[in-house]
Amino acid sequence: MSVNAPPRPKPETEHPSGDPRFKLIDRTLKRLQHRQDSLIEVLHTAQEAFGYLDDDVLIYAAQQLKLPLSWVYGVATFYHFFSLKPGGEHTCIVCLGTACYVKKSGEILAALEKEFGIKPGQTTADKKLSLAQARCVGSCGLAPVVVIDGGVHGREMANETVARVRAALAHVAAPAAGEPAA
Amino acid sequence: MLKTPPSPLEAAPAPANGRDPQLHQLADLADWRAALTAADQPNQPAITVCGGTGCRVYGSERVCQALQRELAARGDGRPVRVTGCHGFCERGPLVVLHPQRLMYTRVKPEDAAEIAAATVDGGRVLDRLLYTEPQSGARLPYETEVPFYKHQHRLVLDLNGTLDPLSLADYVAAGGYAALAKALALTPAAVIAEVKASGLRGRGGAGFPTGQKWDLCRRQPGDVKYVICNADEGDPGAYMDRSIMEGNPHRVLEGMLIGAYAIGARRGFVYIRNEYPLAVKHLRAAIAQAEARGLLGENILGSGFDFRVSVRLGSGAFVCGEETALMASIEGRVGEPRPRPPYPAEAGLWGKPTNINNVKSWAAVPLILANGADWYAQLGTPTSKGTLIFSVVGKINNTGLVEVPLGISLRRLIFDIGGGIPGGKAFKAAQIGGPSGGCIPAEHLDTSIDYESLTALGAIVGSGGLVVADEDTCMVDFARYFMQFTQEESCGKCVPCRVGTQAMLATLERICAGHGQPGDVDYLLELGEMIKRSSLCGLGQTAPNPVLSTLRYFRAEYDAHILHKRCPAKVCKGLITYAIQPERCSGCQVCLRNCPAGAIHGAKQQIHTIDPAVCTRCGLCQSVCKFDAVTVN
Repeated sequence: MSVNAPPRPKPETEHPSGDPRFKLIDRTLKRLQHRQDSLIEVLHTAQEAFGYLDDDVLIYAAQQLKLPLSWVYGVATFYHFFSLKPGGEHTCIVCLGTACYVKKSGEILAALEKEFGIKPGQTTADKKLSLAQARCVGSCGLAPVVVIDGGVHGREMANETVARVRAALAHVAAPAAGEPAA
Repeated sequence: MLKTPPSPLEAAPAPANGRDPQLHQLADLADWRAALTAADQPNQPAITVCGGTGCRVYGSERVCQALQRELAARGDGRPVRVTGCHGFCERGPLVVLHPQRLMYTRVKPEDAAEIAAATVDGGRVLDRLLYTEPQSGARLPYETEVPFYKHQHRLVLDLNGTLDPLSLADYVAAGGYAALAKALALTPAAVIAEVKASGLRGRGGAGFPTGQKWDLCRRQPGDVKYVICNADEGDPGAYMDRSIMEGNPHRVLEGMLIGAYAIGARRGFVYIRNEYPLAVKHLRAAIAQAEARGLLGENILGSGFDFRVSVRLGSGAFVCGEETALMASIEGRVGEPRPRPPYPAEAGLWGKPTNINNVKSWAAVPLILANGADWYAQLGTPTSKGTLIFSVVGKINNTGLVEVPLGISLRRLIFDIGGGIPGGKAFKAAQIGGPSGGCIPAEHLDTSIDYESLTALGAIVGSGGLVVADEDTCMVDFARYFMQFTQEESCGKCVPCRVGTQAMLATLERICAGHGQPGDVDYLLELGEMIKRSSLCGLGQTAPNPVLSTLRYFRAEYDAHILHKRCPAKVCKGLITYAIQPERCSGCQVCLRNCPAGAIHGAKQQIHTIDPAVCTRCGLCQSVCKFDAVTVN
């Protein structure tokens, strides 16, 4: 999702911060006619635009949909997809679905935790890497699976994944999907 | 050699989507199909490349582009298209040459030139890309000969391997929307009678008869009714809903259209997991195409029936697979279930009568209408009709999606189709139905797979996830894994599930850590029965199943953990130690360099040792050692 919305002639209302990403939320609100049941769709748009749900965004959604902020906060914290904290520059998601788990994805996660000193759901202090676990990414044929910056890698080994993540952090070309690292 | 050499240059380009006609009445659809199929000659050559998620990861799109380039350079007009998932994920990327159904496995983009030169031009089969049977070493050229496909009965998944999922014309040419046309010519009651007669039962888990469910909803008073497609496939280890939506989205829409017509609904929702971006894309594209042609909207095919479908994205909550929680989520609320009755058929979405079915149930409906209830009811057992789709994963040779008639034995599914257990290991158990299901041990391998037999064994058909465990899988740890899943996914609304799953998990974690106490097993049994009886929704009512069924069949493993402080499968970290066998160690230092804890000592060319006090039991040393010198005790 592009950060900058295309310029528009005259916005009717503008968020006081002037942040153009609020216009993406406005577009979704308009499409769904400000219906209160569109809250989850609105939060999806907001999360895509901002990467996470800031207090400002939650307040804005609550105001626009005329819902109590507590309601919006409740929904945003109930669903795993929504994050209230900014993520790191890179993300590494380890699938812990059953197929991956029996093929020892837990060991991959443990190796990453050890290597980068963070637990799933956390971000390194330098904001470079977020580590996450997934319930099942639906690629069970490739188990164990990790997703690094949106790229799916299958049949992984713990040391391969650590090498891949290091490569991603160092901005060097990581081994292509499906090819063994190193 | 190929059975039928490809005939040269039969270019019959499918009409572009932009020229697809508007369909105003039933006859328009039939005319369009006739026009589409008239151009096709029987046995027209084509190449399909699997575009399932697994094959995409391994570069199937690049394979397709490379093949297209090669054929274009030759002026060969046969279509090369990316299709939905072929199911045999283990051997992807898959390339199938039609009409012979010659199948190449693990194809790389670099292989395209050779495929074009040898097979397309010369009619020669490339042995190195063929599927090799692991036992006999025989190379099998044709898809239909490969045991993985040979023993299947693919109905719902049949078109996945041939259609371009983004082409409505492809689906219509293959007979798509003919079932809708047939249904619209019947009365709604007759459509329901047909679905009832087919014996179709809900494929989402509970197995409630679909026709009866529709009938209940149809009989409710009121003008506003809804149909919902439950595509919140949360069961970890199951991905057939994803595959159907990615590979053949129109069939799901067609099923929903037929259901909506029968029930009297004018509005439908597909609640789909956000984790499945490709499925979302294909489904949205299919809805847009159907709307553009008049298959969705007002006065569909001149029948006076109006229907629209919207996509709603799930947001990562397993409990939203439960129907009342799913409806709450569509309404934009926190996805918590509510007590039933009232059932959704009486008061569902926004308080209106609502019918919810799983993707697989909806996708089976067009087949039933098109071919007749009797045809569908031929397959299966007296109480469980038709086919079931399993995602067979875990410790199995042929990982993939498998569609089989109900009533097949687990043995056939795992050994004939699944190809058995890799590495010559022994089969231990199959977990069917994911976190809500139970395990089936080796002594029950010959059980027929149907709703009643599985329930009797303490498992469920569930959503069709089938995870195979081998001798290296610790069943206590396996149960702990599922309990951790349900505990984290418990929405917290009702006490038995919220507190009970926590208590069960804490006990299991204690056992796995080596701190089990006598009496723990009785405690787990008592808690499990209580949670099953008193939880509000299906999540809690089934959460103890993995524990109860492993206790039923693998009690000895629990006792070994608790009484003898031993993990027979050598998995539970608190109960194992790693050691280096001096006679095998070459002193190469690979393990030492890889050890994240710094627990391995030893100079180059010297035998290494592991310090058990520092070792975190991550197992990395064992996986990197080239001499199998690291052992677990």
